[in-house]
Amino acid sequence: MKRDTQQAGKPALKLMVCAVAGASVLGLASVAQAQQTLNIVSWGGAYSMSQERAYHEPWMEKTGDNIVNIDRSANALAGLRAQSQAGNVTWDLVDMLPADAMIACAEGLIEPLDHDELLAPAPDGTPASEDFVDGALGECFVASIVYSNIVAFNSSMFPEDKQPSTIEDVFDLENYPGQRALMRRPINNMEWALIADGVDREDVYDMLETEEGIQRAFAKLDTIKDHVIWWEEGSQPPQLLADREVAFASAYNGRIFDAMVSENQPFEIIWDAQVFELDGWVVPTGKLDKVRDYLYFATDTQRLADQAQYISYGPARLSSSEYVSTHAETGIEMEPHMPTYGPNFATALQKDDEFWADYSDELNQRFDAWLAQ
Amino acid sequence: MSDSPATPLTTADGVPLKVSLRRAVRRSKIKAFLLVSPLLLFLVVAFVMPIFEMLWRSVDNPEVSTHLSRTVEALEGWDRESLPGEEVFAALAEDLREGQQARNLGLLSSRLNYEKSGMRSTITRTARGLGALEPPYREALIELNDTWGELDTWKLIQREASPLTISYYLAAVDRQLTPDGEIVRAPESQRLHVTLFWRTLWMSLVITGLTLLLGYPVAFLLASLPLRYSNLLMILVLLPFWTSLLVRTTTWIAILQSQGVLNDLMVAVGVVADDARWQMIHNKTGTIVAMTHILLPFMILPLYSVMKTIPPSYMRAARSLGGRPFLCFRRVYFPLTIPGIAAGGILVFILSIGYYITPALVGGQSGRFITNYIAYHMQTSLNWGLAAAIASILLFVVVVFYLVFNRLIGVDKVKLG
Repeated sequence: MKRDTQQAGKPALKLMVCAVAGASVLGLASVAQAQQTLNIVSWGGAYSMSQERAYHEPWMEKTGDNIVNIDRSANALAGLRAQSQAGNVTWDLVDMLPADAMIACAEGLIEPLDHDELLAPAPDGTPASEDFVDGALGECFVASIVYSNIVAFNSSMFPEDKQPSTIEDVFDLENYPGQRALMRRPINNMEWALIADGVDREDVYDMLETEEGIQRAFAKLDTIKDHVIWWEEGSQPPQLLADREVAFASAYNGRIFDAMVSENQPFEIIWDAQVFELDGWVVPTGKLDKVRDYLYFATDTQRLADQAQYISYGPARLSSSEYVSTHAETGIEMEPHMPTYGPNFATALQKDDEFWADYSDELNQRFDAWLAQ
Repeated sequence: MSDSPATPLTTADGVPLKVSLRRAVRRSKIKAFLLVSPLLLFLVVAFVMPIFEMLWRSVDNPEVSTHLSRTVEALEGWDRESLPGEEVFAALAEDLREGQQARNLGLLSSRLNYEKSGMRSTITRTARGLGALEPPYREALIELNDTWGELDTWKLIQREASPLTISYYLAAVDRQLTPDGEIVRAPESQRLHVTLFWRTLWMSLVITGLTLLLGYPVAFLLASLPLRYSNLLMILVLLPFWTSLLVRTTTWIAILQSQGVLNDLMVAVGVVADDARWQMIHNKTGTIVAMTHILLPFMILPLYSVMKTIPPSYMRAARSLGGRPFLCFRRVYFPLTIPGIAAGGILVFILSIGYYITPALVGGQSGRFITNYIAYHMQTSLNWGLAAAIASILLFVVVVFYLVFNRLIGVDKVKLG
């Protein structure tokens, strides 16, 4: 009897071992599938840091996925096109500007998105398509932040009773002397030149579509041309201001904020005539299934509000604003530093993506020719 | 010896010697070819093909003919005097509808926007508005976007329908085509590239001249000092050569910027007033200084390798014949170093014509090279056709320089070490 049971037990044991082994292999396989690596392209610097803290780290903790940050957003469109032509798209999710997204979408490089299906509703149940600010949802685009192009100055370079406050002051060499750092692109500079020359905000882009308007903008820029250092990387303006190489610098408001709070730099932002725009996610063609869950997570109300603890960019979701709190490290109130904060927003201008999609080729060339004169 | 010429020499196995020899030579040739074939293949894949691809891209013009094929066909036989007829507009609507569904209108609208600003939004908006459109299309499309009512739009489409184009090359030399196909100079406010080509050339010449001026004495010292000292000197030459290009470039920024080491020093000594610091970086000076430093080893090393082979006895002989030092140098030593000068010169010149990272970092506006615009069109404006055209012109310039050099000095005389 004993022997019988033993013999009968052997195949049973074998079977069990097989089953366990099989299950563990299956289990491993499913774990391996869940723990994937996501290649996410973004802008680098303080901005990537805020994304890492607000989205990437919680996501990696939650799922075990590995997220690789690639700082290529400045040339994201070129990268997407090259990867798609080579037939080897390695990026899974890309942070880019809506103007680039429009072009990429028309070229079929990125996926059209069904916003209500892919994005989380607001906590009160409002569907995603009604919870984002105007223009935040494009055919292939989901905005995550509202950021702003502003001119900042180093307050220690002006007497206390004579601090600049308007965009006209940036063009006023007599009362506010010193070098200026501006982005080496016509974008924003043309708008500011016209506004400083007395054009109404509403008429700026209509004006720029005419030869007369373009000449007027260049003529205004001519008045400060000899005092301008032209920057190309977003990290340059805070550096130039901190080194006192320039008195004014145009910049992304988040970078200036970062230098103000993390490095205690005596910078001030001129919110007058800020040019605000959106920035957000696009999904390269064929990658939607891979990033579906991450995209849902990273664009929900709480995550967008969390990001505002690390950088002074406004969340693109309306429902996020009540969750925006204080800066994670210094504990200062974030709201007054947001581009969308009432007093800051009073004279804001929205960047016209369609205008720049049409005229950037021509104006960039004219701008470079003007610089070379 | 009375060997008759009729019986050829044979090897031991009876094969004529000539045949056997030919076989042996052929075998070794095949072996040699097989040995170099990986390298050859590598060169073809990594060098020849990309260059042809680039040349092709600079004239390739597939966008209009593929994405507007019906429109182009319908435009055949159009009189170019008045707006085309309904069938052309209907074909356009059909083409755009199809493109909108396949989501491939992007390249077409970019292509047309290069020639006529505003075409991008014209096409995107028209494609978006097509859904509600009903015949007659002619009125409907013009109503939707009045660009379609302009004669020039249609002339442009007809012109760009050909599969090859010269517009990229024209744009690269600041020319453009009028709607009627005449080549004219671009408006003055848009002329840019020709200036940059000339600037790249003359700045490269200046840099080559400076490296020669600075490198010649160093190479001479290297070749004539006792081994102990010359080894040390050689390390000093090679050390920066091995240092990362970016490190060397950014170091120059730290030294030359207006709050930098050199300006601070001059202010401290009192040569320069604090509010009148010199602007030495982010301009031509910056580019020339940094690039001269970076390219110096490419001049010193070929010079050194040539000078090393000149026996010191030549100079001694010249001196003992009564020549003054300068005369001996000019008549004896200098002519012997010309192959080194030529090698270093052509090397530095060609390298600096194609340099791009250093001018981008320290060149500011006035110290920018044409190469920076190739990068700009590759990465930012995404006008790869124009980038390819500029790069092809640059390649052509380099080839011409090489041929002239070969004619004057002879590449076979060049010694690189």
